[in-house]
Parts: sequence; structure tokens; C-alpha cells
Amino acid sequence: MLRGWELSAGDLEALALGAAILGTGGGGNPYIGRLRATQLLKAGFRIRVLPFDQLEDADLVVAVGGIGAPVVGIEKFEKGDECYQAMRAVERFSGKPVTALISSEIGGSNAIEPLIAAAYAGLPVVDADGMGRAFPEVQMCTYLIYGLPGAPAALADEKGNIAILSSVADEYWLEKLARTAAVDMGATAGFALAPMRGSDLKRTAVPHTLSLALKLGRLVLQARSRHLDPVSQVAGETGAQLLFEGKIQDVSRRVVKGFARGRVEIDGLRDFQRSRLTVDIQNENLVARRDGEVIASVPDLIMILDLETGEPITTELLRFGFRVAVLGLAAPEQLRTARALEVVGPRAFGYDLPYRPLGGGGWYAEH
Amino acid sequence: MRLRVGIDVGGTNTDAVLMSDRELVASFKTPTTEDVTSGVVTALGGVLGGAGGLGSGVAAVMIGTTHFTNAVVQRRDLAPTAILRLGLPATQSLPPMVDWPDDLREASGNHSYLAKGGLEFDGRPISPIDPAELRAIARDIAARGLENVAVSAVFSPIKPEAELDAIEILREVLPEARYTASCQIGRTGLLERENAAILNASLRVLGGRIVGAFRQALADFGLQAPLYFTQNDGTLMSAEYVERFPVLTIASGPTNSMRGAAFLSGLKEAIVVDIGGTTSDIGALHYGFPREASVAVEVGGVRTNFRMPDILSIGLGGGSVVSEQPFGIGPRSVGFRLSQEALVFGGRTLTATDLVVAGGLAAVGERERVRHLPADLVEKGLGWIQEHLSASVEKVLLSPEPIPVIVVGGGSILAKDAIAGLPVIRPAHYQVANAVGAAIAQVSGETDRVYALSDLPRERALEEARFLATQAAVDAGADPATVEIVDVEDVPLAYLPGNATRIRVKAVGEVQLA
Repeated sequence: MLRGWELSAGDLEALALGAAILGTGGGGNPYIGRLRATQLLKAGFRIRVLPFDQLEDADLVVAVGGIGAPVVGIEKFEKGDECYQAMRAVERFSGKPVTALISSEIGGSNAIEPLIAAAYAGLPVVDADGMGRAFPEVQMCTYLIYGLPGAPAALADEKGNIAILSSVADEYWLEKLARTAAVDMGATAGFALAPMRGSDLKRTAVPHTLSLALKLGRLVLQARSRHLDPVSQVAGETGAQLLFEGKIQDVSRRVVKGFARGRVEIDGLRDFQRSRLTVDIQNENLVARRDGEVIASVPDLIMILDLETGEPITTELLRFGFRVAVLGLAAPEQLRTARALEVVGPRAFGYDLPYRPLGGGGWYAEH
Repeated sequence: MRLRVGIDVGGTNTDAVLMSDRELVASFKTPTTEDVTSGVVTALGGVLGGAGGLGSGVAAVMIGTTHFTNAVVQRRDLAPTAILRLGLPATQSLPPMVDWPDDLREASGNHSYLAKGGLEFDGRPISPIDPAELRAIARDIAARGLENVAVSAVFSPIKPEAELDAIEILREVLPEARYTASCQIGRTGLLERENAAILNASLRVLGGRIVGAFRQALADFGLQAPLYFTQNDGTLMSAEYVERFPVLTIASGPTNSMRGAAFLSGLKEAIVVDIGGTTSDIGALHYGFPREASVAVEVGGVRTNFRMPDILSIGLGGGSVVSEQPFGIGPRSVGFRLSQEALVFGGRTLTATDLVVAGGLAAVGERERVRHLPADLVEKGLGWIQEHLSASVEKVLLSPEPIPVIVVGGGSILAKDAIAGLPVIRPAHYQVANAVGAAIAQVSGETDRVYALSDLPRERALEEARFLATQAAVDAGADPATVEIVDVEDVPLAYLPGNATRIRVKAVGEVQLA
């Protein structure tokens, strides 16, 4: 019995682009992942997406993704089945058959990894994720924030090594231990979390985000070919606010404790002349200030797009002279609760600021 | 007298200049020919021609050529090539040439092999090289009759032995084959580096032929001067080096024009706008060299990570066609037919050149023929041109400091005296800036490695990188006394332990003339 609808090779290009937009500057480049998924489709594998409302309470779903360093991934890319092997490892360890896969992080390359594992497994991928964007660490996904156990979790590398974390003290230990194992494995590994029940996902996951990424990618590609403005298409579809338009004036960055920290300064153009926007960046875009006043902050999505092509610009590629549009989108409700803000609010990223929620609804508020 | 000849083979024209030390003695422009080489011979004759005795005084000939770019773009003259990638069990999800256009993959033969080997990011082996496996592959390559072999290995830029050791084993079975190691060509990014290595391997037969043809052309003039080619970062390679690394000549054209602009204007920090008939190429000069692109550059539909200049190309040139409803200029162009089709030359097509003449900004053709153009149309068009050039220049600017804009190329009349609020400079001989760029080119060397700064202090790592880059420049033919470091880039890498930092250093020196 096949469930869900099938993704085409053409969908993958749009999905990768949309996922990069939702990556809010981070999440890794989905280029390699898209090529890999495309290869699988050419080889006759199938990728199916399970609509969120077809998820059954009794479904047993595993979240998979790559863990490591993006810069390593462009050199030592995957054998191919790392995430699949990690998924099978948690399945064996917990002794119950898995019925579907899901993404922890729809922003960036981990939108694609579950599709690849799903192709190998012959299982569908649930149209949802655990962030609605990208975050740098595993404890920041809604499954763990709302108390679903991360362990038993597994990591698998290309050599046949599989590490099981059968039990962890808390989700921060899960991140720390998994990260250490991943570095030993060569800084690229497949990572699977403990199986989750459909009923638990219904209360913790951010629904319909795979469709959202696909839709955004299609809109931008269509806008480019029809000479429409891609940025306003993205804003229109998501209900995101145009926070700023301008030209990047300065980018400063350094690495603190393994994370790139920096700040980008943007001078206004058009309606924003004589105004300046600064965005604090780590792996993602985190806090936006207009003329010194905070106008958007994590976990709300701050998306920096090329003003003309709508191409999302990742934090490591930001540089002087780019003309950009900055969009702000209210984060999914699951990330805005007091409990979530302890893990993904500005203070969790080292900014001594209260969260200033973006108003005005938007896609996540309506879905 | 130290005479140098610079030749630029472009899409439309082949330009030659004769330079005495830093001074331009003669220049000549002739249409590029189908076989390329005969146009070069004509151009050589143009600058050396009647002068008779001049030939013996020439100390070096520098050539920028489109031969190899054209071979890749037109998928011709590519030799069948084997590609061996070392990295198993990693990387098998994407075999070599996976993202190539089908016709190009076929043109280079589509023979690929994966084997054990390669490195982790910190230099540990992924799996040890297996000599028996490599010998079996070499025998298969031999059985297919392939004589060109490209070798790539995961993380070879941090330890070239990952590829070179494997080549030694292949050589036992295939002593005559021509080998290209990816670490000698590209930087981090396995697919892109490997792509460059495969293209190079498949161009080597052509490389030998082209270099031979140029040598012959020189000999026909009684020139015994050494022959150099410009590569895509604007520096020189000896002819022997081009036979081994022909792919590095790809896209040297824009670089030559930027280097020529720097020389002719005497400026090292500037924006260069090269306005041709169909497009304008805009790039930034830093220390007198074009700033390099940081993202993948496509050649003939293949992603590479060559040392390419970061050039913004827009569809606006002297021959760009003006459309009135809706208003726009370019990207369609009358190209080399400008002198027949533009209104000022008695033609019927309204071009950017006509607007400039109508606006009184330049005297080209007959101004009478554009008097009828409505003033508001001319004004709108000139505003459009200025706005687009300004926006492009702003995109390319490296910093907020005001720097001059150097305008070169045949379509230079399109530029006003200021672009984006920056002063415009039009140096003498701006029409042959590319050939000048080739004539004055220097020799470079580069290193690009990941260092763990927890093991090696930053200063020591930088010192080692500077040494390696200098050594590479001298190896490539630079005069050691003139080598200087022109670019240092260190980028901390997120998520990796040991303060991993990628350090890239480039050194440049004057060519060592006999």
C-alpha cells in the first residue's frame, strides 16, 4: 500500500531552492543533496511525500538528517545510505517497524536527507519538520523541545560504523555526544532520532513545511522566467513582511566556540533610504535592528534574499555590495512558547535581548 | 631593449601589441580567424611586420587565447579520458561527471573509476590506498586504449600525496599516459576540482598541438623568444606548463583586459568596466589584480572552482538594440554589424551608440542621421545606460571607499565622466587593453590548505603558506627576487575542532626573462 504523492526530479530543484530560503542564512547548501536525490530517481527509486493530515496516530516516524560540517560535505560527500543506516539502527534497537520518515530541519540541506533515506527504505516522508526553518543544534527541534525522547539515537558513517546513543541525560547531551561522534567519523554522518508516534508528531511537528519549501522554490523559479519580482512572490506566499531593502555596507565575522558569529550592515535603498539595518548572524540570521531598534529576532525567520533574483544568500556568502531584500516571517507557534524560547530565543544564542515577536500573522500562523 | 609581444585572441578580434619595457610601441587589430592561429600570424606581422630587425629583440611573447574555452564550449578536440577518484567508501552517491551535460560527458569518453583512498578533513586516511585495486584499474584503462588520466582524491588539497602516490602506482602499468592530479588545479570542493581535472586531461592532446602551432608561428617570424600563455587569474604559464595544464587558460580574456586597464591607468585599486559591442564586463581590481570569484564558475555547463575573476557581465554594449515599447536596451545586439546597422552609420536599427551620438556625448558616424530622435527618448535612454552601469559598478565595489572607474573596450563611449558617483578614467590605448594585459602579465603561485590552529600557531601557519605560495610562483617561472605576496585569506571553519582554518595565499612575481 503506497501512501502519499510522488516527488519528481523537477520538484527537487524547486524544493532545494525553497529549503535554502527557509534556511534563513544557514542549514547548509542543498546542492549536493539535490544531485544525490536526482541520481536516485534516475536509478528508479521513488520518493513519496505523506500529507500531514494522512499521518496516523499509530505511525512510527524517524527524523533523520546529516550532522557534521557543511564545508566537509562539499569534499567528502556521502556514500549515500548513511541516514538510511542510522534509521535502520534505531529501528532495530527499539524493535518496532518504522512506517515513515521526517525532517528535523526544513531549512537547507536537511530538507533533502530524509527524502534520500526514504527512497532507500521505500517509506514516505511526512510533510512537516521540527523547525520550520534552520537551527544549528539538535535540541532546537520541536520534537525535543516538547519532550519527545531523542534516544535511542544513532549515527552512521560511510565506513560501516554505527554508534547508538541508547540513553542520554538530556537533549543537550544528545547534541554534544552526537557532534563528537560525528567529528570522529570525519565530520559527515547520518543521524537518526528515536522513533516518534504519529500522535506525538501531531502535537509537536510544524506541519506542511515540505510543501511550503516546494511552493517557494517554484514561485521563485517561475518569477525569474517570467521576469516578475521573486522577492514579492516569496513575501506574498508566506505573508512575510519586507523588513528592508538595501545594499550591504559591511560584514564582520569571527568564530566563537565553533560557531561563526558576525554582523552585517545594510544601507537602505528605495523606501528605506537614510535608514540602516544591522543583522546579527551566526550560522543563521538571528537579530535584525533598524536604526538601532530591534525589529525582528530569532526564532522568527529573517531571510536575506538577492534583491533581483530572490536567491537566498547564506551567511558565509554575504559580502559588501550585494543588494538585498530582508524579509521577516513570524515563526511557527511551536517555537514561540515560553518553553521553546528558552531553547531557541535570542538568549539561547547569547544575545541579552527579550524576544520581540513579529506581528501580522503570516504562513505559519495560518497553517 | 626588452621587447615583449602581447596577443589577445578574442571572440571578434585578435589584438597584438609590442611593448618596450613599460611602453607601448605598436598595436594591431585583425579579425579572429576560424583556425585562430592564422589570425595570430597576421597580428604578429602587424606589430613586427616591416620592422624586420625587431623580431630578434623580442624577449618574450605572451598569448591570451580562447582555443581551450572554445574546445570545451563546442565539445570538439577533446581526447577520451579516464577519471579515477580515490575516496571509497565515501562519495559513491555521486560518481564523477554526474552533473555534466550529456554531450560533454560523451565527448570526453565517460570512463570513470572509484577506488579506496582519500583523506578526512584532518588528514587521516578514509581508507588506505590498495595498490592491487589500482593496478587492476590501470589495466582496464590500458585495455580501453586511454592515454589521458585524471585523478582526484577526497581532501587532496591538504595532502597532495593522496593523489600523487596513486599516480605512481598507475604509472607502473601505464608509463606513457598523461596524468592530471586534481590538487594541482583546483581547491576544496571535490566535484568542482575533479571536473577541472577531467577537462584538463581531455584538453592535453589539443594543448600539445596548439602550443606546437604557436611555436611554429613564432619560428616563421624568426622569433626565438620564449612563449607564455595567460591563465584565468591573469598570470603567465610557460608553454611547457600549458601543455600540462591547458584548462588554466580558460576565461583569461576578461582578466587580461582588467590587468591591461590597471597597467594603462597606473591604478591598482579600481573598478574596471570593459564595454564591448554586446556586453559589458565589470570587475574590481585589488592590488592590481582582478578580484577572484568565491563561488563555483561554470565552463561549458560544468561547475568548476577555477581561479576565475569575479566578473559581472551585463547585456549592454555599443551595439545593444534599443526597444521603445516597453522601453529597454539590450541584451539583443547588432554585434559586429554595428558599422552597417546602427542609424549613425546609415543602418535601420536604433542602438545604444545612436543614443550616445544623439545626446552629443560622442562623435561617431553621422550625427545628422539621429537628429530626428525625440529628445525625451534620448534622455531616457542615456539615463537608462547610466543607471545600469552605475548599479553594476555598485555591485562590484569592494568597500565604501571611493575608487576610480577605468573604462576600456570599443564601447567605451557609452560611459559618462562619472559612474555611480565615481570618477571615470579612460586611459590611452583603451581599445587594446587585453593584449596589453597579456604583454605585462606576471607569474603566480598559490596555496590553499586547511590548518588546525590548535596544533600550529596562526603566525606559523601563515608563514608556511606564504613560503609554499612563493615556492609555487618560482616553480612556475617567476624571478625569485621579485616575488611578493598579493593575497592572504584565512577563513575559520564552523563546527570543526582544533580551530580549523582555511588559509589561501597567492604570490606573484615578474617573469624570469633570459
